Amino acid sequence: MTDLDETDRALIRALSRDATQSAGALGRRFGLSQPAAWRRIRKLEQAGVLRGRQLRLNAESLGFGVTVFLGVKLATKGRVSLDDFERAVTAIPEVQRVEHVLGLYDYRLRVVARDLSDFERVLRRRIMTLPGVGDVEANVLLSEERRPGPLGL
Amino acid sequence: MLDDLDRRILRHWQSDPALNPAELCERCGISAGKTARRIARMQDDGVVTGVGMVIDWSALGYSVEVSLRITLDKTIARAFDDFIAAARDVPEVTEIQTFLGRVDVRLNIIARNMAHYQDIYRSQVLTLPHIADIEALMLVARIKAEEALPL
Repeated sequence: MTDLDETDRALIRALSRDATQSAGALGRRFGLSQPAAWRRIRKLEQAGVLRGRQLRLNAESLGFGVTVFLGVKLATKGRVSLDDFERAVTAIPEVQRVEHVLGLYDYRLRVVARDLSDFERVLRRRIMTLPGVGDVEANVLLSEERRPGPLGL
Repeated sequence: MLDDLDRRILRHWQSDPALNPAELCERCGISAGKTARRIARMQDDGVVTGVGMVIDWSALGYSVEVSLRITLDKTIARAFDDFIAAARDVPEVTEIQTFLGRVDVRLNIIARNMAHYQDIYRSQVLTLPHIADIEALMLVARIKAEEALPL
């Protein structure tokens, strides 16, 4: 879906910031009637542009003081080992993101932990024991910003 | 600060953020008023920062996604600040993270196709200040993406 107009882009941006806004409120903001705004939002959802809602929490205030990005290389490759690895890694609650990538590593993981010693526990007991896991590189997150991306506003 | 009840609310809400307040308090097994008060307090305390829609860039025609792992020239005192300020001006950058480790900064970049990516890389990434080294990881598939916390 690439035939978006300015109003669609404005709706996407507004909803990515705050999904709790009603179609009526968004319509008033962008000069649309409530049904017109609702139809546009539904179209964006059906096209898969809006993938779903996400509850945004402050990890630190919930006691998760450490976020680590891991690059993981598999020691053995083959279709079966990829499936085994993916099934096991997605089941780890502390692993928030798993991405299969091409390059220096085979997978990128985003892991949260309470502190560094908790991270060490996750790394030793959960990550290093994954089927087929080889080299692992860890980078501890210091700061993060999400950008709005190319919506041209 | 948070008790078991708060965590129960967050667990249910996190697993299904589309729930309305009535459905949420029903799942948690507590009264509507109590749920609303707890949620309002967690919002005031900054524990809950909001509910947002997740944009699927591939559905918008951005089929290429690359994670750039960048090492900066740390002999320059303002390397991080200069680099990040300039990276913010590249529209195709969707995430900027800084690290303690072998990598200094990570940029997540989206592009319509490989030719578009090559153009962004050459004209907007390689021109960013104070880069010592860059490694690229190209996204093949997202296996887990919801970024939930293990509450």
